[in-house]
Amino acid sequence: MPKLIKRGQIVDDPWQRVDPDANANATGEHQILSLEQWLQLPEKSGRAVQLEPGQAPSPLFEHLDQIPLVAVYFPVFTDGRGFSYGRELREHGYKGELRASGHFLREQLSYLHRCGFDAFLMEDEPSLEEALPRLADFSEYYQASIDQPLPLFRRRG
Amino acid sequence: MYVYDEYDQAIVDQRVNQFRGQTARFLAGQLSDAEFLPLRLQNGLYIQRLAPMLRIAVPYGLLNSTKLRKLAEITRVFDKGYAHVSTRQNIQLNWPRLEEVPDILAELATVQMHAIQTSGNCIRNTTTDQYAGVATDELEDPRPYCEIIRQWSTLHPEFAFLPRKFKIAVCGSREDRAAIYAHDIGIELVANASGEIGCRILAGGGLGRTPVIGSVVCDWLDKKHLLTYLEAILRVYNQNGRRDNKFKARIKILVKAMGVDAFREAVEQEWAAIKDGPATLTEEEIARAKSFFTDPAYLTLDDTAARAGLAQQLGAEPIFGNWVRRNTVEHRVPGYRIVNISLKATGFAPGDITDRQLELVADLADRYAFGEVRSTHQQNLVLADVQMDQLYPLWQELQAAGLATPNLGYLTDIICCPGGDYCSLANAKSIPVAEAIQARFEDLDYLYDLGPIELNISGCMNACGHHHIGHIGILGVDKKGQEFYQVSLGGSQAKDASIGKILGPSFSQSAMPDVIDRILGTYLDLRQEEEVFLDTYRRVGIEPFKERVYAKAD
Repeated sequence: MPKLIKRGQIVDDPWQRVDPDANANATGEHQILSLEQWLQLPEKSGRAVQLEPGQAPSPLFEHLDQIPLVAVYFPVFTDGRGFSYGRELREHGYKGELRASGHFLREQLSYLHRCGFDAFLMEDEPSLEEALPRLADFSEYYQASIDQPLPLFRRRG
Repeated sequence: MYVYDEYDQAIVDQRVNQFRGQTARFLAGQLSDAEFLPLRLQNGLYIQRLAPMLRIAVPYGLLNSTKLRKLAEITRVFDKGYAHVSTRQNIQLNWPRLEEVPDILAELATVQMHAIQTSGNCIRNTTTDQYAGVATDELEDPRPYCEIIRQWSTLHPEFAFLPRKFKIAVCGSREDRAAIYAHDIGIELVANASGEIGCRILAGGGLGRTPVIGSVVCDWLDKKHLLTYLEAILRVYNQNGRRDNKFKARIKILVKAMGVDAFREAVEQEWAAIKDGPATLTEEEIARAKSFFTDPAYLTLDDTAARAGLAQQLGAEPIFGNWVRRNTVEHRVPGYRIVNISLKATGFAPGDITDRQLELVADLADRYAFGEVRSTHQQNLVLADVQMDQLYPLWQELQAAGLATPNLGYLTDIICCPGGDYCSLANAKSIPVAEAIQARFEDLDYLYDLGPIELNISGCMNACGHHHIGHIGILGVDKKGQEFYQVSLGGSQAKDASIGKILGPSFSQSAMPDVIDRILGTYLDLRQEEEVFLDTYRRVGIEPFKERVYAKAD
């Protein structure tokens, strides 16, 4: 089973991507659907979905408490749209697993974490053990973010 | 000047450690060129034609003598003994060694400096008026807001991988000395109908391949909303800006494509979700930011007596008189003047300064100007607070060091990018063109007769030399491997901002001084009374210039 970083641990990943051309109704548990497939589901409860760059998360907003996992896919590490998607999902109250997947670097883990991501499926990372500590490159930040909703100016002593 | 506390210092120190690790991984082959690229750019490091180039951040152009001395030491130990002031008020080193860059950054951190986000597709150094806090036409000092924006934009987790670079400028005065209309976001401090000062927000301005004047997205914004509103604009841009074509990726293209009304609507929608949230500025935070930009210990001086004394000195020594008239500016405090240190001496690349000159300016700042120095987007330095009766000894020392060329705002005060001599993006060299023009028009009487003229040179489309907004703009272009220069006229960076119009077919490098000569000749023939170059151009249009420049020799 593939591994990923989740909530600060290296764990097995029980989830799988579904063939995006498959019939949404023929899919089952622990399968991550494309946005198109997910939108076709009559019953969305318990079903996971993956957003691609260009697919803003707003269609998910009214179902957030039913979704166990949202994956945000990074086809290249320089495409930063997913950072905003993650943050918007959390700001709209999403509590489930928010997963970054695809081609991003361990150098980006701390920023992704601050934008609300709590799981990281890294296609290009040879050592999750070495990547893991990079979640904490910085102990202090200026801005308000998901992991620290108060900006520094509201916290300075 | 803003002073770091333990939080600021921790953030900068941790950034140095992070980059040290990234550099080590790159040198060990664990990060590819493509992966290292955005990481090093966001720490100011370019890989250039001859060597890496390191761009050091000078937040809104504010320096002090301690920082200048450290910069001088760094240029000696790690570089070739000189630095370059850029058109974003930053300082560039042209010859650092890649493996030593983490050490340079560690040295900078000891004097509360860094190179964070001086390059890359992220929010860059915020710039402002070089006369902030001392200008006579200022509504409010913009620097506290620049510092608030600096902190907000530094290592912002959401906006480090934008479609393209993103530049913010702030202006708090009647005259716009920060070119806010030529920025991705321009912020102008303005009073509303009831006299309360807030922010007018412009978006979608920019130079580069497609120059655009920024549009107003918000007429008046309460200052407490500044960060949430900026966040909303950035969010619309990050999600919707084009990523398929680097030349169409700036926010100006998005604003044009959506139309400013639809863009504003999208921003307002994003803003609604975060407005009044925790990122809303508190009165305490604004007061804290302001507390770093209070008046130095000005003496109570008799302005009339000071002016009379100065007038006497001006009469006695005409060279000094020239310098005072051209390079110093009215100060809001009686008995003081603002001094510009020209880095545009003939024979030196515009904006270059040696290690010894940096140290001298540091000493002069300590002795004459409360230890503070500013860098300008016109690539000069400023001592903001000099007593009028100290101008003469200050001038003598500047003069001896080659730092008193009395040409501020005149033709030879050229804005110029490093160009093809250093930059791997450039299509053509720009420094030799600047130097040839400076040499040709060195005669000060002629320069003063021409009046204020801004001549800006860029070595390529990226427009680092701001050629679009020069009264005369020169752009280096590549034609089948040969370097040519396209000339434009009528640009302006002031509040009546305009984009220059292209004169016609481009010229060879050697023809450039003659071309400029013909343009100036046309102006001198056509001007009415005290009319300045830009006004003559706006009155007569481009045709007379075109005719003369392209006239066949008889």
